[in-house]
Amino acid sequence: MKIKSLIAILAVGTTLFASCGAPKTEETASTSDKLKGEVKIDGSSTVYPISEAVAEEFRSVQPDVKVTVGLSGTGGGFKKFSRGETDINNASRHIKEDEGKACEANNIHYLELEVAYDGLSVVVNPANDWVKDITVAELKKMWEPEAQGKITKWSQIRAGWPDTEFHLYGAGTESGTYDYFTEAIVGESHKSRGDYTASEDDNILVQGVAGDKNALGFFGYAYYEENKEKLKLVPVNDENEANGAGAILPSVETVKNKTYAPLSRALFVYVNSVAVDRPEVNEFVKFYLDNAGALTREVGFIPMSDEEYAAQKKKYEDFMSTHVKK
Amino acid sequence: MSNRFEKIARLKDSSFKIFGMFCTFFGLAMLAIFISSIFSEGISRISWDFITSYPSRNPAKAGILSALAGTLWIIVITALAAIPIGIGAAIYLEEFSKKSRLGKIIEINITNLAGVPSIIYGLLGLEIFGRMMGMGGSILAGSFTLALLILPIIIVATREAIKAVPSSLREASYALGASKWQTVKSTVIPSASSGIITGIIIAISRAIGEAAPLIVVGALAYVPFVPNSPTSEFTVLPIQIFNWVSRPQAAFLVNASAGIIILLGITFLLNAAAVYLRIKRTVKY
Repeated sequence: MKIKSLIAILAVGTTLFASCGAPKTEETASTSDKLKGEVKIDGSSTVYPISEAVAEEFRSVQPDVKVTVGLSGTGGGFKKFSRGETDINNASRHIKEDEGKACEANNIHYLELEVAYDGLSVVVNPANDWVKDITVAELKKMWEPEAQGKITKWSQIRAGWPDTEFHLYGAGTESGTYDYFTEAIVGESHKSRGDYTASEDDNILVQGVAGDKNALGFFGYAYYEENKEKLKLVPVNDENEANGAGAILPSVETVKNKTYAPLSRALFVYVNSVAVDRPEVNEFVKFYLDNAGALTREVGFIPMSDEEYAAQKKKYEDFMSTHVKK
Repeated sequence: MSNRFEKIARLKDSSFKIFGMFCTFFGLAMLAIFISSIFSEGISRISWDFITSYPSRNPAKAGILSALAGTLWIIVITALAAIPIGIGAAIYLEEFSKKSRLGKIIEINITNLAGVPSIIYGLLGLEIFGRMMGMGGSILAGSFTLALLILPIIIVATREAIKAVPSSLREASYALGASKWQTVKSTVIPSASSGIITGIIIAISRAIGEAAPLIVVGALAYVPFVPNSPTSEFTVLPIQIFNWVSRPQAAFLVNASAGIIILLGITFLLNAAAVYLRIKRTVKY
């Protein structure tokens, strides 16, 4: 009797299974350079949409290569990358020293390739009529560790701003976005005040700033772009005339020409010398650099210039010739 | 005097009743709000294309085929791994082991295991199944990790079901000359089966909703193929939903709602099966 019920349960499972349908088969013209095999990508969830888009497009060129993308985060991804468990790592920051050493210990040479830019956008609530621009020094005063509990009102930041409390919203401390922002604004990576609303999910930060008149937050440009009517973008002044005078708003143009400083950042993929020896991985990396420019805008990031992509490709080819025996 | 006490007692009765009603409806109201908002956002997105397409950067073209297939693989293999071990352990603990101090320690530990956060099981699974046993980020490694996660639930539920079998039934079996194993096989388990099945299905429903331990073990997010064997790499619905929820484009949130509806559908189906089997198999003494 017992066994019958087990069978009943499994039968439900298998029926579901069968009803889920067979995979779509795609008719492909067989050409001589059709590759097989797999390309394993893991790492940053920020860079994920770009790699997903490239992987999706790559399928139309090389349908038999299985490209998979994971979401372990930059650090979690580097752990797998250094063990040789993945071929490519998405990264929203540079590799750390100990992560690099772990790769070397396993005889893995790696190469960092820039694939896109992002402009970390500083935003306030649309009802906020006093913040028209902000300087890096003022942002630092708001966010540095020493500000905790002491700097709490707008009037403490700039004379003329109201005597009411401000509320800060930003990336959680585990994210590469947090590391980048603190490095650019506070001057030291991973150091900031702790009394702000932190979330790894930028959509939560958008909601927070949109519902709080005294809010100030930062997140990736795509999240501002998709929620323009709920947020007010703040131009940032780095008080350095050399890269554009005055306060500058992030936009595709200003991030691309690097005048939106210091909050423009590059996003990376790391490739592994052992993996690129396989033709399908090599082909995928080249495809990535050729197509990232067109695809990044679609998923909300900002493409680099054609010359910059060409330079990354050159860098990759040099890496191939030094580390991969052909 | 007694009249006053009676009044106070009645007042307490009725106020507790109102409090209890409030608690019940609070939970139900939250569930109703959740389900209605999810349905109003996602139901129009569900189509055959949504179910049979792979993930995509274009929210209108994206689908859940690989995630749904991964979830079904995981359900089946997790069940195959967890059910025999869980029931076996429960039968041993209830029917065969001596009530010793060691038995008590084991009992307390199993109950404690049921409360360990799922991410811890993910780390355990990564080390043991993923690395030591070399399974990598495969369906097997993910299923075994989830099987560990739900084992305590199955063991506890099965033991409770076995405890509820009246000892008079066992004694009757022994009186007819049955051995211990024959008694367990032919008397105890059939009588306890409705409770055991309910426990199994509750446990599997929990496994379906897990994303965190699977991400740790190495489940992926973008998988453009249907897994064809237990050693294949995979993704599951909760990971796909989590990924869509965190994207900037609002259209992905609609996809997430549609994915949640499918996931809820699977859970409700399993629960319905549990209710049906329980009604059908309940034995009255």
